[in-house]
Amino acid sequence: MKIALPVDEKNIDTTVCPSFGRAPYFLIYDTESNDYLFYDNQAASSQGGAGIKAAQSLLDNQVSFLLTPRCGENAAQVLNTGGVKLYKTISESAMENINAFNDGKLLLLNEIHPGFHRRGGAGSI
Amino acid sequence: MKQLLVLSGKGGTGKTTVASAFIRLSEARAFADCDVDAPNLHLVMEQRAKAEKSDYYGLPKAELNPELCTQCSLCIEHCRFDALISGREFKIDPYACEGCGVCEAICPVKAISLKPAVAGELILYRNGGKVFSTAQLKMGSGTTGMLVSEVKKQMKEAAGDTSFAIIDGSPGIGCPVIASLSGVDLVLIVTEPSVSGISDMERIIQTAANFHTSIAVCTNKHDTNLANSIRIEDYCRRNDLFFAGQIPFDPLAVKAVNSGKTIVDLDCPSGRAVKGIYNKVMALLLADEGGAA
Amino acid sequence: MKIAVLSGKGGTGKTLVAVNLAAVAGQALYLDCDVEEPNGHLFFKPTDVKVKDTVIKIPSVDDGLCTGCRICVDFCQFNALAYIIDHLQIFDQICHSCGGCALLCPEKAIVEKNKIIGHIEAGISGKVSVRSGFLNTGEASGVPIIRDLLDSVDLDQQKLVFIDCPPGSACIVMESIRDVDYCLLVAEPTIFGVHNLNLVYNLVKLFNKPFGVILNKCLAGEENPAEKFCLEKKIPILGRIAFDAELGTINSDADIAARVSKKYQEQFTSLLTKVLMEAENEAVISS
Repeated sequence: MKIALPVDEKNIDTTVCPSFGRAPYFLIYDTESNDYLFYDNQAASSQGGAGIKAAQSLLDNQVSFLLTPRCGENAAQVLNTGGVKLYKTISESAMENINAFNDGKLLLLNEIHPGFHRRGGAGSI
Repeated sequence: MKQLLVLSGKGGTGKTTVASAFIRLSEARAFADCDVDAPNLHLVMEQRAKAEKSDYYGLPKAELNPELCTQCSLCIEHCRFDALISGREFKIDPYACEGCGVCEAICPVKAISLKPAVAGELILYRNGGKVFSTAQLKMGSGTTGMLVSEVKKQMKEAAGDTSFAIIDGSPGIGCPVIASLSGVDLVLIVTEPSVSGISDMERIIQTAANFHTSIAVCTNKHDTNLANSIRIEDYCRRNDLFFAGQIPFDPLAVKAVNSGKTIVDLDCPSGRAVKGIYNKVMALLLADEGGAA
Repeated sequence: MKIAVLSGKGGTGKTLVAVNLAAVAGQALYLDCDVEEPNGHLFFKPTDVKVKDTVIKIPSVDDGLCTGCRICVDFCQFNALAYIIDHLQIFDQICHSCGGCALLCPEKAIVEKNKIIGHIEAGISGKVSVRSGFLNTGEASGVPIIRDLLDSVDLDQQKLVFIDCPPGSACIVMESIRDVDYCLLVAEPTIFGVHNLNLVYNLVKLFNKPFGVILNKCLAGEENPAEKFCLEKKIPILGRIAFDAELGTINSDADIAARVSKKYQEQFTSLLTKVLMEAENEAVISS
């Protein structure tokens, strides 16, 4: 099973990033093989809809669970439709959260915040 | 960190006057001016700290290379924003360009490409544990909403351990207001007792209601039209909105602002009135356990 | 002659000036481009009102034709599209209506549908034609409504048009002043007012529009920072409206001062004469 976390650095001692859509990297951890990898979040510098693009990348990596402190409504919609379950992180350490998840200690993330509505531009919207 | 946002719907009702008074009274350690189009808060906040500025990149803009361009006009045909101008040499109007990329995709000779464009400046003042985040949108730019989000993000990242932040918002109900509402716990709407002010107040309340934040209302210059002031209180009662109080019209307020001070920096009727509103609103903000994260 | 009334700062008196000048002009067209918070109709109370919705185009997908190639997802600069399992999800509120996804889809699986974001109202008040734009709450940009409003009537056929602009100097203001002949800037005597006046002064210069200032809420015997600014920048001051509690009350009750008070009818009539003379001079110079 693959778990994903938004993280601040590309090493296993990293902290969890407070933002999902604009986290610099994602950590994907395979709970069966204990293998893991990091990838750059292409959505971080997006003009808008960063959460959507980040969520898409998780689906493309066959992730089943996302551990995150928070998530916006557009990203949550993509993830829910794609069958990914969202859990709320309990500490800043990525590894602590992974262990807590494996021990069944994490709770589902229920507070989904409205999007940041990063929009704008001179034309019609 | 709880967030208090000051909005009004109508311009000129006194958002910055009230927000600056709140910042002064609470000795807030994190505050921001989200009216990035026409920021004013810095004019009364006596910033002695050096401004830390960074470029803000908005949407990329299309650039056309006239040497490659064959003037086939496919770009003009498909641009929804009237940003392509024909002529002896085809040109792109950077003020109209939305950065959508259709012209780049459709050009058969790759004469157009999207390039990053500076749309404004983010500004941060750090002074003795206090952070003040603001920005200035470049003349003629769009993407105001995105810059507002950057101002809030800059404030949150620079702020140390503090329990609340105060944000001065912008007039209207469009994208900069919507962007400023995200993640806010309490909105204080400053209105004025005019038919226009009330109409605009109703529209901003509707907008804020979409965000499930708590809403408080106060009436500025209330004695300029007592009948309308009563209408505002009634409206709040009927719609279950917290009415935080009223501020009298006060010529000393203009004097204070014009000398770069807040209305609580000197003894005046508006300053005294705003203190009462401040106490009620801050109690609501810090007690409120619900609201958006 | 198309005259825009703008200010940078909100609450300086744009609507007061635009509404009253239109009211004393005899035949005129008043356009309220402050589509987020329109107020002009509250003063004019137009009758015979006709309403027209403003729509924008939002993509919608035919799942039967979609092959999941994701060309549209990768193209969208605004990330308004996501491909989840076997279905394309479209995020209406993030879409900028550029039409790119529909254009680029190799299977022609995306078509565009109309979404209503607001409306325009056209009516009459005495000799004034009143047209206002209204943005629906929750929508981010009023630019398409301003476009509809400006396109709804042949402006060049009108003798005199007053365009009441939104506050600020961003894209909605630029859209409102795009085709005007003259810009009237309304300033108030506060440092906030001057700071914002400076922004809108730069905007009208950028757009090469001739302009002049009306100083509002003037306090006798007090230093006026806005007047100082105009003198420094050599901006023509076309008129001064004194701060007056009576005017404030009339205005706060949404009455048109020039229609209910002889004093203000005279003042705005003389102001209109000055404005038209200045605007026509500038038109001659720039033609």
